[in-house]
Amino acid sequence: MPEKKITLSVSVNGVVHTATVEPRMLLSDFLRHALGLTGTHVGCEHGVCGACTVLLDGRSARSCLMLAVQAEGAEIETVEGQGSVDRLGRIQEAFRQHHALQCGFCTPGFIMAITDMLRHHPLETDDQIREALSGNICRCTGYEHIVNAVRELAKERGPLT
Amino acid sequence: MQVNFGVRHGIGEAGRSRDDKAFRYAARGRAMPASALATDVGEMKPAPFDYLAATSASEAAEALAAANGDGKIIAGGQSLMPMINFRLVKPAILIDINRIAGLDRIEKHGERLRIGATVRHRMTATDALVHRHIPILHDAMHHVAHLTVRNRGTFCGSVCHADPAAEMPMMTLLLNGTIAALSIRGERQIAASDFFVGSLMTSLEPDEFVTSIEIDTLPLDTGWGFEEFSRRHGDFALACVATTLRIVDGVARDVRFGMMGVGETPLRLPEIEARIEGQAISQALLQDVTEALKGLLHPNTDIHASADYRRHLAGTLARRALRDAWRRATLRKDAADA
Repeated sequence: MPEKKITLSVSVNGVVHTATVEPRMLLSDFLRHALGLTGTHVGCEHGVCGACTVLLDGRSARSCLMLAVQAEGAEIETVEGQGSVDRLGRIQEAFRQHHALQCGFCTPGFIMAITDMLRHHPLETDDQIREALSGNICRCTGYEHIVNAVRELAKERGPLT
Repeated sequence: MQVNFGVRHGIGEAGRSRDDKAFRYAARGRAMPASALATDVGEMKPAPFDYLAATSASEAAEALAAANGDGKIIAGGQSLMPMINFRLVKPAILIDINRIAGLDRIEKHGERLRIGATVRHRMTATDALVHRHIPILHDAMHHVAHLTVRNRGTFCGSVCHADPAAEMPMMTLLLNGTIAALSIRGERQIAASDFFVGSLMTSLEPDEFVTSIEIDTLPLDTGWGFEEFSRRHGDFALACVATTLRIVDGVARDVRFGMMGVGETPLRLPEIEARIEGQAISQALLQDVTEALKGLLHPNTDIHASADYRRHLAGTLARRALRDAWRRATLRKDAADA
């Protein structure tokens, strides 16, 4: 069987990690199993559900559709970088206020996708918000409260310059 | 010929659920020791493979040739990685072209636009040249998957994947695309009309990979219509029509008519183009096109829709798209004349 292990260096939430991994290791598995950052959830593992969404150099990416070795030299942000139980990040706080989660399984993916949206997308209308959110699946909320949370965050941010 | 889907490789053997080490340690109230880091993490979804981050196109071509048919090129990975995770594709080596300099550009060469192999959908969607010279492509981008997938997925990768219900293969066909394929034997230009062989099948040889794709820009007075129907936003299309035309002396000229989701490959329909060429769009012409489409299309019945429903959709979408194209061509001609 082929497969030479590869050493990679990657920044996760501002901390540089160096590890030697099999090439086939998914970024999602690397974050969860090698680094113990289990905030990134794994749902479908084929790019449909959005639960594993992280930021790769500032843009949202499915961590189940990327190999850890591809993240060499990249900056990854995960939900662990957003806040803690004692001190929620702004998006997390908006989710809490608007009841934008129930079971919470999809929430880390939503939070990371919304981080990208708030940085780069207009989100001026509900249609735009819903289209931007359409890559993440939630089976509890019916999305209404998630849209409410994003609407407030977008309003707070103001128009993109 | 390149087949992108579990033909050479057996289906099955999906990855078993694996141990979650960190969780097991945590459950015992212990921190995971450093020695557990990345050494053994149990089962993984993909089958084992070697990995090369190529730094030049020639390095990638050599590695692909050396793999002797068992190599796969990865750029965005948004179609390939799901198949690797399902073990429908089990390459011996994965050759990553993301770090090859110069492949991430959109450039205008004369009347053609060249899109490099690592140009992301997000770049195509926001590119000023695309917006000005191929507005129909700009419109089509909104239908490609979702924001997160567009961040990573590439134009060329989508064309190579050759899904018959994906937008970019159809757009490449509609815009008379030429696919630049590189191997250690040299570079070959493949016309889009010769590229799509079947569902998820292209005429790429196993040792070839795509470095860029050239497509037509459109004269500024061109009108366009793009109509897609899918069950949910971002899903693959049940049917889609893309059409462009200009109005010269009151009639349609340079008509292009493409479809996808209704056959084994994306389609260009010269019979429909010929019916519209030299005519003004009228209710009677649209009815004529609808009837002609019924005889031309042989869509599948599958879990998503019946063949009859797809044929019905084709007519409805064609009428809408042609009306849009005519209206836009009128507006743009007026703007140009003024």
